[in-house]
Amino acid sequence: MPVSIYIPGPFRRLTHNREYVSVEGTTVAEVLDAVNARYPGFDMLVYNRERAIPAHINIYVNNQEIHELDGTATALQDGDQLAVIPAVAGGAGAPGNGAVPASAALTPDEVMRYSRHIIMNQVGPGGQRKLRNAKVLVVGAGGLGSPVAIYLALAGVGTIGIVEFDTVDLSNLQRQLLHQTADVGKRKLQSARETLAAYNPHVTIVGHEAPLTSDNAFDIIPQYDIIVNGADNFATRYLVNDAAYLSGKTLVDGSILLFDGQATVFKPGSGCYRCLYPAPPPPGLVPSCAEAGVLGAITGIVGSIQATEVFKQVLDIGEPLVGRLLLVDALTMEFRTMKLRRDPECPLCGEHPTVTTLIDYDQFCGSPPLVAPEPEPAAVGGDS
Amino acid sequence: MAVQVQVTSVIQKVVDGQRQLDAEGLNVAELIDDIERRYPGFRAQLMDEHGQLHRFVNIYLNDEDIRFMQGAATALSDGDCVSILPALAGGCHLP
Repeated sequence: MPVSIYIPGPFRRLTHNREYVSVEGTTVAEVLDAVNARYPGFDMLVYNRERAIPAHINIYVNNQEIHELDGTATALQDGDQLAVIPAVAGGAGAPGNGAVPASAALTPDEVMRYSRHIIMNQVGPGGQRKLRNAKVLVVGAGGLGSPVAIYLALAGVGTIGIVEFDTVDLSNLQRQLLHQTADVGKRKLQSARETLAAYNPHVTIVGHEAPLTSDNAFDIIPQYDIIVNGADNFATRYLVNDAAYLSGKTLVDGSILLFDGQATVFKPGSGCYRCLYPAPPPPGLVPSCAEAGVLGAITGIVGSIQATEVFKQVLDIGEPLVGRLLLVDALTMEFRTMKLRRDPECPLCGEHPTVTTLIDYDQFCGSPPLVAPEPEPAAVGGDS
Repeated sequence: MAVQVQVTSVIQKVVDGQRQLDAEGLNVAELIDDIERRYPGFRAQLMDEHGQLHRFVNIYLNDEDIRFMQGAATALSDGDCVSILPALAGGCHLP
């Protein structure tokens, strides 16, 4: 029997912009099959891999959702009206996770843009709105910060803060995905903003164009839910660790050198960077990437792992890299994890803390303080 | 005890660029001595002159940090794997 089916805007590219399609079928499933036979690919929009209707799609027969009827087996009468609606109801009863704060429904554009995420049960529209509400701070827009910020922006993380005061140098381009040849000499923050806006104009980029210091860390870090460390020196690494712990924030840590990478997640109470490395090496003992070199692609591996851990934290899925230190060796392509424990003697997060506020990290690390370069693009570049 | 030692990153340069080597010792301190005999300068990467392990280099017996075991006195068994792992700073910046 002929049935009319309403095609939502985002799906109409398949139906040559037809808003209504008339097909034959005695059940909802038959009608969907008939539409797919005429417009191949329609299937992929309305079914997930288990061939169930995913949580972000509602199908109505006349004005009743088919979950309240017999699902896709719902029988149809001549002249029935079907509608496929990918919109998402806000508030209680939303599919996905009930813990999502009430917020606007995803727009059809968002549903399409993020559909590869949304169709996964672990994400769903509720998870996508969690990502949209998330505020993540990325320390450094360099080797690690680039893939982290790009993947967060692509995933629709609503607010991405970036701490960066450096200028793009030619030697950065071997690995720092946020910056391109034409950006050499530009402020890294500006370059990062442009790249991220081109990837996804819907996310808000908040720039903090100054070195992170003991004076400004508590103005910046508490504004965010999760902190990602892509810092390029030990002083900033300990500063970010202490400020994140003292602000009660989860810290997603990563570091790289040569062909090696390390990554872990510190949640307050489960250990911190000081539990892992109680003291920094004396200056000059562990070389920097500028001195020793680093494989460009290892920044992508470790940065993608950091972005994945942020994603898991926001969505509260899987097993976070908490209490484990992941080691990546690009030459043997071995991934190993070591146990990471909270040290009861830790001066920051141990039983008897002695570090209760931020200290002078340059002095702690024996390194000269970071100085922001003059705004004029200069040939001398850092490498962050 | 025959133990496999995995060396990461910058410490490889003192063991002729090897990422993995075999060594002997009843405990971690003896193991370090054994490698030091073959690769002078190795010990200084891990310990100060008083035999205290550096706090920016971690040594793991299998997947456990020896600081949470018996430190350099941690006993070794045949077939154990010891990993030596210095802190890395990068990101990347000029020093």
